[in-house]
Order: sequence, then C-alpha cells, then structure tokens
Amino acid sequence: MSLIKKAFQICKKEKRPALLTFTVAGDNTHKNSLEILKSISPYVDICEMGMPHNTPVADGGQIQNCSHRALKNGIKIKDIFKITNQYKKFKFAKPIILMGYFNTIKQFGEQNFINQCKKNKVDGLIVVDLPWPENKNFAAKCKKKSINFIQLVAPTTSNERLKKIVRDSHDMVYYISMLSTTGGKLKVAPKKIIQNYQKIKKLNKNKNVVIGFGITEKTIASLKKADGLVVGSALCKSITDSVNRRKKPAIAAKKMVMKLKSKIA
Amino acid sequence: MKIRKGIPVIDQHDKNYMYGGKFGGNFIPETLKKPVEDLTILFEKLRKNKEFLKQRDYYFKNYVGAPTPFIKLNNLTNHLGGAQIWAKVVAEANGGAHKIYNATVHALICKKAGKKYIVGDTGAGYAGKMLSMAAKKFGLRCKIFMGAKDIERQKPNCDAMKKNGAEIVPVHTGSKTLVDAVSECMRYWVSNCDTTHMCVGSTVGPNIFIKICAWSTAQISRELIVQVKQEFGKIPKKMKLINCVGGGSSALGFWNSFMDYNKNQVEMIGVEAGGPKNSKLHAAPLSTNAKVGILHGAAQYVIQDKEGQISNTASISAGLDYPGISPVHCFLKDTKRARYTSATDEEALHAHQLVTKFENISPSLEPSHAFAEAIKIAPKLSKDTVIIVNSCGDAKKDRDILKKRLGKKI
Ligand SMILES: Cc1ncc(COP(=O)(O)O)c(C=O)c1O
Repeated sequence: MSLIKKAFQICKKEKRPALLTFTVAGDNTHKNSLEILKSISPYVDICEMGMPHNTPVADGGQIQNCSHRALKNGIKIKDIFKITNQYKKFKFAKPIILMGYFNTIKQFGEQNFINQCKKNKVDGLIVVDLPWPENKNFAAKCKKKSINFIQLVAPTTSNERLKKIVRDSHDMVYYISMLSTTGGKLKVAPKKIIQNYQKIKKLNKNKNVVIGFGITEKTIASLKKADGLVVGSALCKSITDSVNRRKKPAIAAKKMVMKLKSKIA
Repeated sequence: MKIRKGIPVIDQHDKNYMYGGKFGGNFIPETLKKPVEDLTILFEKLRKNKEFLKQRDYYFKNYVGAPTPFIKLNNLTNHLGGAQIWAKVVAEANGGAHKIYNATVHALICKKAGKKYIVGDTGAGYAGKMLSMAAKKFGLRCKIFMGAKDIERQKPNCDAMKKNGAEIVPVHTGSKTLVDAVSECMRYWVSNCDTTHMCVGSTVGPNIFIKICAWSTAQISRELIVQVKQEFGKIPKKMKLINCVGGGSSALGFWNSFMDYNKNQVEMIGVEAGGPKNSKLHAAPLSTNAKVGILHGAAQYVIQDKEGQISNTASISAGLDYPGISPVHCFLKDTKRARYTSATDEEALHAHQLVTKFENISPSLEPSHAFAEAIKIAPKLSKDTVIIVNSCGDAKKDRDILKKRLGKKI
C-alpha cells in the first residue's frame, strides 16, 4: 500500500480529515524549507512541496512570492530532490507530494524525473498544467514506479470528464474548491463545496478526495467532512511575513499548522 | 514533419491539438478545460456559419477598413537598387495595426457567448488598444493586462485604452513585459472564466486562441492575394513575404493565402527581435535554436534555461519582446515552409529611419524589423524579385522611444 493511502487510513481511524500543507521548495532557502517541513510534520499528514516556476499560470500572489524568493536564492531541481531525500530521513517524515508545472519535468526528462522521484522517496506528483487526458501517458509512467499521479478536478469539470478522471486516478483526487488561482478568498459556500465533493466520492468511495484552494484558519472547520484539506497560500503568507520580519519561518509555519490542526482534530 | 496542401495551416493539428506531433496542445489547468472546450465548440460552429461570416466581413470592411493599401516603395527600391520593395500597409487599418482583426472577432464571439466582460493581454499596447476599441463598439466591459515596463514605453496606446474606457491592470511580476501580462491575464481568466471572455493578443496560448487569432488576421492575405494578382496579373515567379514575428499573428495572417505555393516561388521570411546589439537576451526562439518547452499552455520553441525556467528577453520593440512563439510558426520552421531570422534593435531603428526618409509610411518598431531584413537582402536580388513587407503597425506609439534613440519627433 502506498504511504499516501496509509496516511488517509490513519486519519479515518482517528475520524478526522487529513491535513495537507503546501510550501515551496527552497523558500526562502534550501535549509529553511527543510526546517519548515520538519517543524510542521508532527501535525501534518501529507506534505506538498512546490517546485518553483517563473511563469505559473495558476498561482496567486502568495505562492508566486515564495517561488520568486526560492528561485532568486538559486534553487534547482537537484536541490529539491536533495530536500526530499534529507526530509525522508527524519523520524516524523510524512508522505511527500511534489507539485509543479510540466515544463520543469519536460526539461529534466520525464523518465529521468520519475526515476529521481523514486530514488528520493517522493510519494506523489501534481502537475498543474497537465490535465486529463494529456496526462494519461505520464500518469502511467508514474504508476509503473509506484508514484501517485494526482488528478485535479475543478468546479468546471463536466460529469462526463469527472467519471473518466476518477476512473484513471490513483489513490488521491484533488478537488479545486472554486474558480480561482491559489490564494483566492473562498468565494463559494462551504456547503456547496461539500456537495461537489460528495459528487466525486459517489463515483468511487475508495478514492481519497481532498479539497484545496482558499482554505484558511477561518474556513477549514467548515470543510472537515472531506477526506483531506490542503492549506497552501495561508501558510505561504505566514512564511513570507516571518521572512520579512527576519524571524524564523519554521516557527511561524509550525504555529499556524498547529492551529489548523486544532480546528479539525 | 510535413505540411499538407489544401488544409488551413491552423487545422493541421492532431486530436491532441499538436502540430507535427510536437507543437501546441492544451497544457492548461483543469479549471480552464471546460471554458476552452466551450469556446472551441462555439468557434468551430461560428466559422461555418454564413451569418457570422457575413458579420465578420461587414465589420472588416466598414469598421476595420478593407482592403488596406498595397503600395510600391519606389524610392526605397531605387535607393537599394535590387529587388522591388512593396508594402502591405496594414497600419492603415482602424487603430493603426493588425491587432484590430483579432480584437473584432473576439468581441463578436464574446457577444455570441453571452458574456459581458472581456479581458486581454498586450505588449506594444496595440492588442490592448484594439480590444478596448472593439469592446466599446460592442458594449463590453474591458480589462487589459500590461507589463509595467511596457506601460512606460508605449504611453500613447495606454492613453487610447483609457479613453476607450478600458481598465489597464499593470503587471509587476517577472520582466514586467508581455510574457508576464499573458500569464497574469490567464490567471485572471482561471478565476473569472464563468463570466468573462478572454482574448489572447497573438497566435499563442491554448490551441483555440491560436486558431481564432490566425483565422482573424488571415484577412490580410485574403486581400493581398487579390491585390498582387491585380498588380502583376498573376503571382510573380519570385516573391518574398517578409513579416516581423513576436507571437506571430500578423505573419500568419500575411502568409495564409500563399501557404500552398512552392517556397521557391513564394518565400516566407519571419523576422524576430534580435535585441540590443551584442546582447544575449534575444527574443528570438526560432532563429537562436531554442529548445521546445511549454509556455502559456502550448509546446513551442521558447527561450528558457536548462531547468525550464522561462528566460528574460529584451527588445526595443515591446510587441516582439516575447520568449515564445506561435506553435504554428514552429511547425512552419520544422517543415521548412518558412525561414526565420532576426534583426537587432539598431538594425530596426536604422530601417525605420531609411523607410521614413524615402517613403510616406511610418512603420512602428515591430515592422521595422521586417524592413531591416528587406533592406539587407534587396540589393543582392534581381529586379524581377518582388519583396512585400507587412507594415503592420504605425510608429505613433513609439514616439518616446524614437525621440530618445533618434532625436526624432513624430
Ligand atoms: C505593430 C505590431 N506588429 C507586430 C506585433 C507582434 O505581434 P505578432 O507577432 O503577433 O504579429 C505587435 C504586437 O504587439 C504589434 O503591435
């Protein structure tokens, strides 16, 4: 069984949604991004880590800021793999999902990238601009190496598409809560989001469906029926604030994650 | 890789919307899949609809102004002493550039889709200006995304946009130029695709935007092929069609009707932005052997580093200052139907000077790149060779740059 699937099972036993976080690799430095992962891990179930790209078509301001900072500090793909590798040696290490844009993978070489993921214990991949069915080939290559390719579903996804996407998904499906880039304000009623979520669950209750985009300390509790909840921009903002005040981002991140956890535990 | 005859080049993609199996596609976030699909269905329906075509032709004739002039540049020809140099003065179109075709068609489509809001990107400011004009004409609310650097260097077009009631959203990320404006515009559309129609200002982006744009600018060569036949009685034996390429929309429109001619008879030459002399920041992916990457939803030759980060480019011409290029041009390059080269900032400035000295037209910095190539090759060619340059933009918008670089007032 994949570590991702296992993480969801543990949460189910504890009758709570999984908490997933998103931080950017190399933000604001190689060392600090590893520190952040370590400090939040005891409270988190799955860690998503962004591979910074300089022309992102689906990221809001907060994540763009972090990516920009990381790139300015010279983060490279080989560093990202180093971070995952170092992180996975840590005793509270959780499953790790890399999230990014397809050009990063394409330039690295698809198979080469997957091999490096395997070697450095990456558990899953989210590729923002490689939707279904364009991702079929790549997703199959991931599956061969037991790496979870995570399909995204949006409010605009038609029922027809939804069925096919869920059918082709691995252990986890990511539901985008609303029409927005990351970091937008939650502009849809939580009830409505949960309705859409349940539509996906009905197609296959064995798939773990997480909800992301627009989730903050304020909104997280209202969505706790889901299998998992992803917090990205809110966390990235706390990191940015801490960096700007020349404080330790790992401490700020940990504080926020503890609070998030307390709202859904 | 092969180009087929008798099929519009924009339709020569496979079921994944890839040209030559390698360029284009729809590398977009899931949220945009449905709006892109809806737009694709709507456009395919409209382009077969006689009523819609009549409407398009009506506005092209009475609003854009068709046909734009086709003139011989006698003085320049005599000065260079080689091939004949002609110009298709698309800058005479309403608004002063070819961007009006795409803008008008998008406004019509937006109406058909029942949307009231339209957004678009712009570099030189022409795409934004034209979209603001079309929006005003058809009663749409308009927002234009523009890099902060471009807002500074293309003020006259910004003034026009504001006068037309459009909101200009300055983009401060990255290099603060067209590439960032397109990204920001796409991000805005991700958040607002339920109420808002998006216009991409050139033949770039997800496949449907490439198609709509090239289908719209095709008006240029529909006019030109008639004008050429009228002038010469037939298509001349040796003809060269020279056009600047940024995203590539004016070139695709300028070449479209000539695509099926043998390249020995009708050669197509695309001129990219070489940037400042001795600089390495060329916005010239086709003439500098850039690698294929993904930018703004499509696979294309793109200026990037080893890690797939899109590189900064520099050009005196905001309209050509873009690290990517239409996937259709990549296809034309690899099938060798078109040839691509570049001109530096200095060569473009010199070309602008020479053309305005000898002729009564004032090409903007973008087509000045095309003139630079014409000036370079004309003296070496025979007098029966017909060079046609697409003079696709007017230099009014460049007044500040020209004044600074040439001490010139226009
Ligand atoms: C006058 C003019 N020519 C050319 C271009 C480049 O665009 P394209 O390559 O799509 O024709 C622009 C873009 O803004 C322009 O304003």
